[in-house]
Amino acid sequence: MKVQDIVDQLGLKICSGAAGLNREIVGGYTSDLLSDVMGNANENQIWLTLQTHKNIMAIASLKDLAAIILVKGYQPEEDTAAQSNEEGIPILSSEEETFELTGKIYDLIKRTK
Amino acid sequence: MEFRFEIEGGNFSKAGTASSEVKKILKQLNVDPKIIKRTVVSLYEAEVNVVAHAYEGEMNVEIIPDKVSVTIQDKGPGIPDIDQAMQEGYSTATPKVREMGFGAGMGLPNIKKNSDQLNISSKVNVGTIVEIVNYLK
Ligand SMILES: Nc1ncnc2c1ncn2[C@@H]1O[C@H](COP(=O)(O)OP(=O)(O)O)[C@@H](O)[C@H]1O
Ligand SMILES: [Mg+2]
Repeated sequence: MKVQDIVDQLGLKICSGAAGLNREIVGGYTSDLLSDVMGNANENQIWLTLQTHKNIMAIASLKDLAAIILVKGYQPEEDTAAQSNEEGIPILSSEEETFELTGKIYDLIKRTK
Repeated sequence: MEFRFEIEGGNFSKAGTASSEVKKILKQLNVDPKIIKRTVVSLYEAEVNVVAHAYEGEMNVEIIPDKVSVTIQDKGPGIPDIDQAMQEGYSTATPKVREMGFGAGMGLPNIKKNSDQLNISSKVNVGTIVEIVNYLK
C-alpha cells in the first residue's frame, strides 16, 4: 500500500512532501513522545501524531518513515513543511481524532496484507 | 575517518542535524542498515540531550573498519547521579520541552539499547561526555 492509497481512502489533506506519495507503507505507529517513536517505530511506517514542530521531520527522516499524519486538523509549522518538501516525506492532515484514525489505518493496512 | 559536528544548546530547530550527517556517511560507507539504525537512534538521543539539557557541545565521530566510535561532549549543568538519569522515565526536562514531546526520560535508555558500548562521565556545572561504540560486524 502506498501513501497515496491512504490519502485517497481516508480523504486526507496533503500538507507537504507530495513527491513522496508513492512511498510504500508497511505499518503504522501512533505516539506523541519523540523518544518513543525514535526507539520503537520502524522504517516505512506511517506515524500519527499531534506534534507539528520541525523535530518530527528530523525523526521521520532519521527513521525512514513513510509519512506523517497530523490528527485533529493540526497543520505543520512552516519550517516543518519545508523540510518535508525537501526530503519528499509527506505530511498529511486529518480532522479526525487519533483513536479513530489509528483504527481506520490499522484496518486498511491489515486488509492489504 | 574522523568527523566533528557542533551542537547548539537550546536550539531545537537544529536538533538531529549532526546525527543526520553521520547517517549519510554510514550509508555512503555501505554499513549494514541494521547497525546504521541502531547508531542513528543512539546519536540522535545524545544530540537532543545536549540541545535540551546543556549549553553547547560537539559530536566527534571516528569510523574505523570494525567500529564506529562517537563522543558527544558538552558544556552544561552535568548529571549529578548517572544511575538515576539512566532510569526509564527519569527526566528533569522543563514543561515547555515536554510539551514538544521530548522529556519522556527514554533517551538514555534508548542509547543503552542501541549501542554496543556506552560510557557516560559527567561533572556537575562543567559538562557531560557520552561515548558510544557500535561494532560494524
Ligand atoms: N547532556 C546532558 N547534560 C545534562 N543533563 C543530562 C544530559 N543528558 C541527560 N541528562 C539528564 O538525564 C536525564 C534523563 O535523560 P534522558 O533519558 O535522555 O531523558 P530526557 O532527555 O527525556 O529527560 C535528563 O532529564 C537530564 O536530567
Ligand atoms: Mg533525552
